[in-house]
Amino acid sequence: MTRGTSGDFSRQAMQYIPRLRRYARALTGDASAADDLVQDALERALLKQDLWREGSDLRAWLFTVMHNVFVNQVRSAAASRTVPLESSLEDLPQPQAGDRLEIRDLDAALQRLPAEQRTVLLLVGLEQMTYEEAARVLDVPAGTVMSRLSRGRERLRRLLQGLPDSSAPLKVVK
Amino acid sequence: MSEIPVTESELQAHVDGRLPAGRAAEVEAWLAQHPEDAQRITAYRRQDAALRAAFDPLLAEALPPRLHPGVRKRTGLLRRYAAVAALMAISGFAGWQLHALVAAERAQSQHLARVAAVAHAVYSPEVRHPVEVGADQEAHLVRWLSKRLGVGLKVPHLAGLGYSLVGGRLLPGERGPAAQFMYQDVKGQRLTLYVRTTVEARAPTAFRYAQENGVSVFYWLDGRLGYALSGETGREELLRVADAVYRQINP
Repeated sequence: MTRGTSGDFSRQAMQYIPRLRRYARALTGDASAADDLVQDALERALLKQDLWREGSDLRAWLFTVMHNVFVNQVRSAAASRTVPLESSLEDLPQPQAGDRLEIRDLDAALQRLPAEQRTVLLLVGLEQMTYEEAARVLDVPAGTVMSRLSRGRERLRRLLQGLPDSSAPLKVVK
Repeated sequence: MSEIPVTESELQAHVDGRLPAGRAAEVEAWLAQHPEDAQRITAYRRQDAALRAAFDPLLAEALPPRLHPGVRKRTGLLRRYAAVAALMAISGFAGWQLHALVAAERAQSQHLARVAAVAHAVYSPEVRHPVEVGADQEAHLVRWLSKRLGVGLKVPHLAGLGYSLVGGRLLPGERGPAAQFMYQDVKGQRLTLYVRTTVEARAPTAFRYAQENGVSVFYWLDGRLGYALSGETGREELLRVADAVYRQINP
């Protein structure tokens, strides 16, 4: 690999860093954890850049790399039990009036979604990926993307509106 | 009216605007008969809008140094960046030798070029939301951004050079609000003009040129404002437009 193509890769990757940060911030709920995640993902992407095919979608590839780093982090956090996966019910913020609180509520509610629903909801709703793109990034079938999206959106709605979290399977609309 | 079956997946796709137009109209009609689902769909759309309102400001934020290539990494130095880091150390030394005032001013305007280039790279490829206020509301756009920056702005007209105004948006800058105006030519090639206030008013500086990650930028300070014109065009073309922008602002 020549120095020239490596520089090209960095330059092209550079333009997606703000988008990776936006997604990571919403995903982790914490500014410095988000930048850690982006930094780890970029380092990994640079090391593995030979695996990226020139001309293919670099944004999707970078998000895939970052997703894999994220999954590994969640897995090791779960293994060492340093991070509670389910926060207790008392942590649930009460719905409040006012924009500033709404943003904090949104952040808190997002963190209460299972990671698999949160990733789909953010890739589609925030990053505006197509379902096929999200499926490729997450390495799951398109049908799984749809069901996680549907469950994630409904759960987030209930959290934000202070409704009881329905654990019953989503009703099929006929 | 006979019921058209609508699946949950179709409802989700409707939230995301990804249904074919004909089917979207049928789903709309179906929702009119199913108010509970209609409420749910409205709530999902609000969620997406709230997500963007909460997290989009990050797109325009200057990157923290540790996310810039060429910076020492937390976990070991990447070999391919060693040469760049060495170069930065040398140029840092040269900068130290310059008169402090010149150095500070240069740092300020180089930062201007960098944030303008990042804002260009982020928003110019945007298909659905390239600007917040479109050129059809130009008077409102100018009033709004002038008010937020606290200084009377002028929007240059570049139609004579083949670029029409798309519109503009408000961005968070280091010391307060900044503005971005977007232009495009008939081929869809986009230029952006980034404007922000400076610490103190001053006589116009010369145009300076920078390349940031494939984006060319001409930038200058003038009075209370710093300007940066960015595009993925050639240097000559961009200079021609920068010159026109400068002349219109200083007739």
